[in-house]
Amino acid sequence: MTISNPQQAADQSPAIDLRKINKRFGPVHANRDVDLQVGRGTVHGIIGENGAGKSTLMSILYGFYEADSGDILINGKTVKIRASKDAINAGIGMVHQHFMLVDTFTVLENVMLGAEASSSLRHSMVDARKELQRLSEEYGLAVDPDAMTGELPVGLQQRVEILKALYRGADILILDEPTGVLTPQEAEQLFSILDTLRSRGVSVMLITHKLQEILAITDHVSVMRAGTMVADRVTADTNKEELAELMVGRKVLLHVDKAPAQPGDVLLQADNLTVRDADAVPRLDDVSLKLRAGEIVGIAGVSGNGQTELLEVLSGIRPVEDGKLNVNGTLIDATNVLDAKDLRHLSVGHVAEDRHRLGMVTAFSARESAIMGFQDEPEFNRGLLTDGGAITRHCQQLMDEFDVRPGNPDLKSANFSGGNQQKLCIAREMERQPKVLLVGQPTRGVDIGAIEFIHQQIVKLRDAGSAVLVVSVELEEVMSLCDRILVMFEGRIVGEIAASEADAKTLGLMMGNASEAGGNAG
Amino acid sequence: MSNRTLPAWIDIGLIPLINICLAFIVSAGIIMLIGESPVEAVQVMLFGAFGYGEGIGYTLYYATNFIFTGLAVAVAFHAGLFNIGGEGQAYLGGLGVGLVCLMLDSWLPWWALLPFAIVAGGLFGAAWAYIPAYLQAYRGSHIVITTIMFNFIASALMVYLLVNVLIEPGSMSPQTRSIAEGATLPYMYQVFAAFGIEIEQSPLNVSLILALLACVLVWLLIWHTRWGYAIRMIGFNEKAAVYSGINTRRTIVISMCISGALAAMVGINEVMGAQQRVLLEFVAGAGFTGIAVSLMGRNHPLGIIAASVLFGALYQGGAELSFEISTITRDLVVVIQGLVILFCGALAYMLKPTLEKLFLRYTLSKATRQDSLKEEAQS
Repeated sequence: MTISNPQQAADQSPAIDLRKINKRFGPVHANRDVDLQVGRGTVHGIIGENGAGKSTLMSILYGFYEADSGDILINGKTVKIRASKDAINAGIGMVHQHFMLVDTFTVLENVMLGAEASSSLRHSMVDARKELQRLSEEYGLAVDPDAMTGELPVGLQQRVEILKALYRGADILILDEPTGVLTPQEAEQLFSILDTLRSRGVSVMLITHKLQEILAITDHVSVMRAGTMVADRVTADTNKEELAELMVGRKVLLHVDKAPAQPGDVLLQADNLTVRDADAVPRLDDVSLKLRAGEIVGIAGVSGNGQTELLEVLSGIRPVEDGKLNVNGTLIDATNVLDAKDLRHLSVGHVAEDRHRLGMVTAFSARESAIMGFQDEPEFNRGLLTDGGAITRHCQQLMDEFDVRPGNPDLKSANFSGGNQQKLCIAREMERQPKVLLVGQPTRGVDIGAIEFIHQQIVKLRDAGSAVLVVSVELEEVMSLCDRILVMFEGRIVGEIAASEADAKTLGLMMGNASEAGGNAG
Repeated sequence: MSNRTLPAWIDIGLIPLINICLAFIVSAGIIMLIGESPVEAVQVMLFGAFGYGEGIGYTLYYATNFIFTGLAVAVAFHAGLFNIGGEGQAYLGGLGVGLVCLMLDSWLPWWALLPFAIVAGGLFGAAWAYIPAYLQAYRGSHIVITTIMFNFIASALMVYLLVNVLIEPGSMSPQTRSIAEGATLPYMYQVFAAFGIEIEQSPLNVSLILALLACVLVWLLIWHTRWGYAIRMIGFNEKAAVYSGINTRRTIVISMCISGALAAMVGINEVMGAQQRVLLEFVAGAGFTGIAVSLMGRNHPLGIIAASVLFGALYQGGAELSFEISTITRDLVVVIQGLVILFCGALAYMLKPTLEKLFLRYTLSKATRQDSLKEEAQS
């Protein structure tokens, strides 16, 4: 498995050698003559926009799809990968973005699940425990084998995923967007793990859209665009700007260009908001905040620390049960319940965090998604019936203003790319110049080119005198887009910092450790 | 990009057609097993359903019921609800229609009575759907379970009422007295006769026109009103509906009430039209057939009309079949109907992956051809 085998060490063939891989889905050419070589014991980054063909390529490598043509060579030998089983046998392990773990199993049970050595569970357990111990020590992946998986922090769960792959004899690891759910500190730890893996001869393929991660950890980086491999660089010889340009195919502005904020009146004030889940556990704990005209306030935090609940309460999706909310002079509390439509009438726009589950209906045509929340407005209705012409014109106008492509109101919402879906959602929410705009994950799953545009629009709305609240798990985005940053941890706001004074390290500490952060932030 | 959908003509046209053919092929096998000729059976069935005026009349009369119950299932389905209770809602709807007719038939002619009957029947059907809907929306009871149970309750209630309360004095069979002549819906042959066209007699009455009207209204409601927009949004994605400020609970209750009222219109066709009285089990499974009709018609009024005619033909042709060929019993006809429901309803998507693969292979070869043509042109 490692370079202990001298014959293997002498053999200079790469760990993975993909030659002229082609894959079509109907008329879509998802992978076109893709070549890729990953050296042994290296960390190889693969970047590209959504739909560039990264996932297809990895799915071919891991046996979810079969390539139409092309060869896969693992350690110099041609292999046929028809199912995940073939991939595992060839020594390939995959750590998915969403973990494939059984929460109610212990770490040991998860690691051996499906790879039990014998039919006697007890014997397998003993062997598995020994092997797990050995792997933990060899790769520096300390984790308690008897801990309940669901109770572990996300970073440790990811470790279990890596151990699972190693346990199955993987010497090639594919990691799909591994840092999406991690704090910056946890990400650091992951990188040092990858470092150890590399030094032990494991080859790592890192799929990510975060350019700074590519620069921080990889040895090589391959860029995909529109189904083809457009560039292959030694990481040391490249930089962010070049990579971004290669991904998009044109020059892109990576930082947000904006004038200093000029905060005005308070447009939204929340006092002591508390939200409890079905088990009476507070998901949002005594949160107070103010949004002023002409400023962008960012909420930083690892996802799942109350940001979702905060957006739900502020936008009227979830009723205010405890605490009160003052929106532009209207008081909302447990006795005066307003729903999402009422809040829109109070000029609160809301770009949902999860556009597939909340912000649009993927089965609707674009024109139908474009009136969500405004379906009862007189301009879209003529008596009892809806005014189809007005709805189509409205959607066309939004599409023109926000450059949504393809600009076809009758196309199904699901058939737009992530960036274009997001542009349509933002266009819909911004169209009426809301006094308060709530934006969840403004650029999640959005191409670099569209990110630039979306940021510009948000800044434009701020400059027109609106208050904007941005919730994002992308620290860089929060720091560059926002004027003031609040940090959330376990449902509470644990710190506040001006964006100009924030850096990833301080924010990361605040995000991960409440007590320390409180002291730091003052 | 991974799940490209098939073009509409395959999805809505070809797949149901293949499914029906499969059902008939299996049926043919069964008919051969009992020693009869499937060709003859098909001939008898087709002739029975479409071959002569009376047969067509019966086919359309059955279809009228199926259109109502199919629409009922479809409206609920658009809101993401599986209304299995069409049978009970139709039964209670018939009670409402019957009560109004029996109360007013000595004063009003049929055309003046009809609006009252529709409203009363609709209210009864809606009320019967309201309880499961409320329990689903506000108490979290599953609507499939509650609507099934409400079918049994409706059945028991109607037996009680017909045996003990509404029975015609002196009658031995549990049914109400007949509705007065002039207060019942005109038969289609009477309507045609008024225009001087002679058609054969059958129970087909003006309810068919009401059914077609209901199709138009449902189409308008679902695709051309803000309420339909809300209903469909809940069906696709309830969280998105909350995001859009839609009161999901109220909308769920309303769509179930509309569904119940539509099912109740079976009462117009049966009580005020064909039977001219309320009698036991007059719905005769139309509520359940409506589920298959709606599934097969893809919850769209046009599809529902087509599927209703198909099932009407199966009912009518099947009756003829068991009459003409003595070895093919009534039960075997039920088997054939069951096979059609199985292939068109339960297994509706059985062939879809295969067809998708075939279609993709076809477009793929076309795309490759075009690519090579382009390359040739360039070189």
